[in-house]
Amino acid sequence: MEEFSLRTIFAVFEEIFGFALFWGLVALAVIFTAAWIYVLIRDRSLSMRKYLVAQLSMPFGAVAAVAFVLWITNSRLSDIGGPIDWLVLLGVAVLGAVGLSIAVYVIQSLGRRSPPQT
Amino acid sequence: MTGSLNLSATRRGFLGLAAGGAALTALPGKAEARRVRTSARIVILGAGAGGAGMANRLAARLDGAKITVVDGRPQHWYQPGFTLIAAGLKPASYAISGTGDWLPRGVTWLQDYAAEIDPEANRVTTLGGERLDYDYLIVATGLTLDWDAIEGFSLDLVGPEHGVSAHYASPEHAVKSWHALDRFTDTGGVGLFGRPATEMKCAGAPVKITLIAEDIATRKGNRDRTEFIYNAQAQNLFGVPVIHHRVRQIMDERAITYCYQHVLKSMDPGRKVATFTTPEGEEEKPYDFINVVPPQRAPQVVRDSGLAWEDRWTDQGWIEVDMQTLRHARYPNVFGIGDINGVPKGKTAASVKFHLPVVEDHLVAELQGLVGTRTFNGYTSCPLITRIGRAMLVEFDYHDNLTPSFPGIVAPLEELWISWLMKEVALKPTYNAMLRGLA
Repeated sequence: MEEFSLRTIFAVFEEIFGFALFWGLVALAVIFTAAWIYVLIRDRSLSMRKYLVAQLSMPFGAVAAVAFVLWITNSRLSDIGGPIDWLVLLGVAVLGAVGLSIAVYVIQSLGRRSPPQT
Repeated sequence: MTGSLNLSATRRGFLGLAAGGAALTALPGKAEARRVRTSARIVILGAGAGGAGMANRLAARLDGAKITVVDGRPQHWYQPGFTLIAAGLKPASYAISGTGDWLPRGVTWLQDYAAEIDPEANRVTTLGGERLDYDYLIVATGLTLDWDAIEGFSLDLVGPEHGVSAHYASPEHAVKSWHALDRFTDTGGVGLFGRPATEMKCAGAPVKITLIAEDIATRKGNRDRTEFIYNAQAQNLFGVPVIHHRVRQIMDERAITYCYQHVLKSMDPGRKVATFTTPEGEEEKPYDFINVVPPQRAPQVVRDSGLAWEDRWTDQGWIEVDMQTLRHARYPNVFGIGDINGVPKGKTAASVKFHLPVVEDHLVAELQGLVGTRTFNGYTSCPLITRIGRAMLVEFDYHDNLTPSFPGIVAPLEELWISWLMKEVALKPTYNAMLRGLA
């Protein structure tokens, strides 16, 4: 595969999740990231209270992401066989954790403005 | 049924992605710049993985060539998916697409089959009577499954009623094979597995389906009511010694019985008894479930063409190509791609992926008055599924050397989840990219 392209990488993910689900997830990720940047600019600071709540959601995001990937790939946790498997799974967990924390932060911020910092 | 594609470029691809996706913009221009002006008439026999991939590559590289692809089958089958269908993980549609979907513009698709190949006159005649004169011929017909060679067997038997599985036959037969396996692993009994004595496509597939079947029975809690017997045609379970030992170890660990030099000869579906030829004579084995993989040979039209080896594989008819350049030994304007090649290894899609750039290089170089330099080293690969959710990504060459794509990262003889992911999700898009001439 000397001539590998971004298109093929997208095709791999389309194969994993299905076309609609993959691009739906991409759209969701883009929307939440954009909204996160928007609220950061709007509030001109990172609210530590919202950030703490967002951090508390991270383990749930990690577990949900791992469970989702295992389900969609016909796998079980017991299939994890070697270091590379753990690393991939860790990557999935980190993505899920960060993704959910951003989502939680955004949802809190869009609900109301951050109180003035003292 | 064929095995994996080499995925080493996935790593390079992701690195490329990290570098800013430069490859996306750079590649098309590079291919365009190398277009070669020619009026050569090129006939490609077969529009499978090899034929479609070659048509796309040549269409991209050549300007003015008259490229004709001859294949009568409207459906293209993604054969590496057959095992997943037979394991109940994918529907038949997973492996089915349209032949025409993969052929590029500027290439003529003659929806017919070759009836005669005359390499002396440089001519192919189709069943419909059309004559195609060529300057270069690319034989990518694939192989035929000789079901008639198993006495008593018929594809009509496939399914749960008779406990017969034949997942090599087609996507639909793979579904019926799954229904047979599903019932067998529910009700229990004796399951027979094995492979033919001829060369075959994806020699790992019969082992995979055996291990998958055992895994399914275990998951259902019915392992103690089922017996699994793998019948190897040779004195090993896999042609590559190091892989043989690993497979033997796994079968030992999972109490799967294996027999060496047992080749399925015939079966009696009424009595549910299969007969095997062995060094000690014929041996009958009763079964409740049997996975039949028939002898495999070159299509008759190829065997009659004079392209086959005269002193090797005489009962099978693979064409006599140089094992490194894939150019025919006696007809230098003929090349072979894929299963049809009479080379010691590599009837897999993975090998096709490595055949394609070699044949392209030699053919396009010749059209420019140059000499091609690329060679095929026998690379083939097989994501050997050991249970649903785990596989071993075994890759090797002509010399039985292991040739891992991810040395130090993905261990070839370890049962890994990542190797399963490659087989289950990464392989098909990679295969599709190969068909498009992009990989």
